[in-house]
Amino acid sequence: MNMTNEPSEIEFLLPWYAAGTLSEREAREVEAALERDPDLASRYEWVREELAQETAINEAAPAPSERELQTVWARIDALPRRRAAISSNLQDRIAEFFAGFAPRTLAWSAAAAALVIALQAGVLAELMIKETAGSYSTASAPANNPGGGAFVQMRFAPDATGVEIANFLTDHKLSIVDGPAAGQLYLVRVAPTKLDPAALTRIVKVLQGDKAVGFVAAVQ
Amino acid sequence: MSTPSDEVLILRIANGDRPAMATLFTRYRTPIFRFVLRIVHNETVAEDVNGDVFVEVWRQAATFEGRSAVSTWMFSIARFKALNQLRRRAEQELDEEKAGNIVDEADDPEVALAKKDKAAVLRQCLTKLTADHREIINLVYYQHKSVEEAAQIIGIPEATVKTRMFYARRKLSELLKERGIDRGWP
Repeated sequence: MNMTNEPSEIEFLLPWYAAGTLSEREAREVEAALERDPDLASRYEWVREELAQETAINEAAPAPSERELQTVWARIDALPRRRAAISSNLQDRIAEFFAGFAPRTLAWSAAAAALVIALQAGVLAELMIKETAGSYSTASAPANNPGGGAFVQMRFAPDATGVEIANFLTDHKLSIVDGPAAGQLYLVRVAPTKLDPAALTRIVKVLQGDKAVGFVAAVQ
Repeated sequence: MSTPSDEVLILRIANGDRPAMATLFTRYRTPIFRFVLRIVHNETVAEDVNGDVFVEVWRQAATFEGRSAVSTWMFSIARFKALNQLRRRAEQELDEEKAGNIVDEADDPEVALAKKDKAAVLRQCLTKLTADHREIINLVYYQHKSVEEAAQIIGIPEATVKTRMFYARRKLSELLKERGIDRGWP
């Protein structure tokens, strides 16, 4: 900071630099400023400390209770069920396509909206052709690398409620990593590291006993 | 194949996909609850607001237009509902909330003890900031929101986000100084 106490743009950006939420260009500018200005570097240490203590305050705060979990899902389950407008695979790929744009890119001016609609029509047409041609991978194995861990493929029971699905995932410490694929199959991570076949089979048997499950099989 | 993005989940939720909702819920339940709790200062109320947020997400997923990141949209909903909840409270309760935001100049025994621990003093000072300052500090440091995202959530210009954060930090310096820690800034 200069002697007139007018903060520089870099000074303003220090908190975001510490949080890792600056663009690459801005981060490089802050880095360079920190290297050439020891006073700024010293003040940055306070920013890091502020971030650490704000994190500590929040991590010490309570988490929402089981009551909230049950209440939310009961309210959602009470709402009318919606019917899917387009196939899940198709919609996912459209979403991933648009997710590639930065939010600002999708700030919908009239011209941008027209362009996006045109693009969407093109993507839809292309994806429909691919789907018709049968280019989907089957549900028997992940198409790509889903990251580390042990996995099962499963389908939820048709009458499983939101509460039951949420409880099932929470109780067994599971996370859905992909899906639904053909046949409403989800790829679910059951452990953070790879398991031997016997251990995975035991987990599958436990999961089979849950009423939220319609089908479950190990992914080797 | 990787963990589904928030955008993918929202699209699935728009089509009534409950497992997708469960995934999004698991991902954001605690961060949003803690964000709301910092505004309403009451766990039960925060849980109710949190529930309202996710029910709203379920109902409004089809209207999500992608003008911002999904998480930014959800935090905006959470902030709006939390502030509405505050406004609905009785006048007396509101006064108590405001009183809680007023900086306590006196050193209680805990503060005196904490003076020996810079981190503890800093934590205490962070909780003494005004609601506006606490909010921006929380969004930037804990929720890791960019300048643009924080501006969208709070509904203020990006330049104001930067200056508000700066003044929050300056107030923090003043509070620290009152407690015997002079960090020489601003």
